[in-house]
Amino acid sequence: MSSEFKSNLIALYTIAYREARRFLRIWPQTLLPPAITMTLYFVIFGNLIGKQIGSVQGFSYMQYIVPGLVMMSVITNAYSNVVSSFFSAKFQHSIEELLVSPVSSHTILIGFVLGGVLRGLLVAAIVSILSLFFTDLQVEHLGLTVLVIFLTAAVFSLGGFINAVFARSFDDIAIIPSFVLTPLTYLGGVFYSITMLGEFWQKLSLVNPILHMVNAFRYGILGVSDITPTTAVALMLLTTVVLYLFCIRLLNSGRGMRH
Amino acid sequence: MTHALSIQGLTKTYANGFVALKGIDLEVKQGDFFALLGPNGAGKSTTIGIISTLVNKSSGKVSVFGNDLDTHPLQLKRCIGVVPQEFNFNQFELAFNILVTQAGYYGIKRAEAKVRAEQLLKQLELWDKRDTQARLLSGGMKRRLMIARALVHGPKLLILDEPTAGVDIELRRSMWDYLIKLNREGTTIILTTHYLEEAEQLCRNIAIIDHGQIIENTSMRTLLTKLQVETFILDLKNPLEYKPVLKGYEFQLADERTLEVQVVKNKGMTDLFTQLARQDIEVLSLRNKANRLEELFVSLVEKNLPGGKA
Repeated sequence: MSSEFKSNLIALYTIAYREARRFLRIWPQTLLPPAITMTLYFVIFGNLIGKQIGSVQGFSYMQYIVPGLVMMSVITNAYSNVVSSFFSAKFQHSIEELLVSPVSSHTILIGFVLGGVLRGLLVAAIVSILSLFFTDLQVEHLGLTVLVIFLTAAVFSLGGFINAVFARSFDDIAIIPSFVLTPLTYLGGVFYSITMLGEFWQKLSLVNPILHMVNAFRYGILGVSDITPTTAVALMLLTTVVLYLFCIRLLNSGRGMRH
Repeated sequence: MTHALSIQGLTKTYANGFVALKGIDLEVKQGDFFALLGPNGAGKSTTIGIISTLVNKSSGKVSVFGNDLDTHPLQLKRCIGVVPQEFNFNQFELAFNILVTQAGYYGIKRAEAKVRAEQLLKQLELWDKRDTQARLLSGGMKRRLMIARALVHGPKLLILDEPTAGVDIELRRSMWDYLIKLNREGTTIILTTHYLEEAEQLCRNIAIIDHGQIIENTSMRTLLTKLQVETFILDLKNPLEYKPVLKGYEFQLADERTLEVQVVKNKGMTDLFTQLARQDIEVLSLRNKANRLEELFVSLVEKNLPGGKA
């Protein structure tokens, strides 16, 4: 193993450790809110309203929405972790600590993405455990479930990174989550199957990438899906690669960081 | 011998069209304590920004200990430690963690990083503040923390961009002592400062940059020999109504008990005092109006102005 590679491995551990410490230190802002929000979803949508709805694709409404709510938490937490951490580093100029050191762009990017993925997975675990107080769940396809949740966290961490690079103010890091991610998540089959929609809306829904992620994850947990899980995984892999390459290009160009 | 820093034809034009550097050449020898001076906006920070890779150059060559910025940027970065003008650490992080994390970026294992952090914090008298968030440190402590952070990976070249700005004189002098010790131990140091006394005390060689060009690049000793006239302030025992007229001296009466006099370097002070005594003017004390380097600096920069005194 070359010394350069070893050095970058230590740097990667340092960045990921720092990122994990950051979101754990401020757990009332990072881990507690999704736990409370999702508990409310389980109580109101799953328990109270769900009883009126009955079953969806052979499962109770509560069981049906749990995978979607877990994914919703992963998406928002992975994204917001990277966007806020990287933008804060830019805002305070502490990103310069990394830029002047001999850390490769790949190491910087993977370090920040690991932070987002770790927070996403931790929140997913918290929400999943909370869901067990309301319903029984069995994982049908463990490998697919893990792969989908990991890829989803990675995709949205990369998305958060891009947002942070282009953002010039704290307002800019709130725009995408509020006006893009939230609508797409709500329209991404978290609370319903697209088979409940008319043909036109079904086809339009397929354009929404979050629909594919939610359904692939639901397939992993429950074994039911509105889309083909393999297509969803292929799309996620492709998106991860494209976003990763774009992020590396941004880092190498120094956009928003170097003058 | 390989230079610690070698810059050739360096130019920088910012996106807004501002030309910050107009093709500068600069060489700093290994082990040197080098001053890079210039007025605000002259191009000092841009030069340092390019060396430390925080600013993209427009053209030219930069190498540090033989590592070219374009072909071996990572090796170049390993050689340098940078103390920027602005505080650029995470304000919410603990002082100790700032150093340990920075060491990690340089591939130093955590256990070793902790040892180095402890050593540096003790050397810079910050050990008792190790568990304090950076934002809660005083200005002087923050400056010392930035120096400690820049040294945590043991750089061969330390670049200090106004490291003592806003620091009280006592602390400034203790920082000078530390930097002198560091330089004696082999670290090459490049310093920019607005305190010209600081540059004169610390640095052996000097470059003056103005409007993106190097207008002087020589040893401190050679530069100071160029100073032809020094201005002194004389505090008088008795008040004067008019400024005295003495052969060979220019006087200004600042107030009734304070005289400013310009003395040509090779003329000496004995003749001045003899002539003043003849006119019954008693001098209580004498001091330089400005630091010697400051006088030279001002005259060089003035010469470089459009329509200057060249």
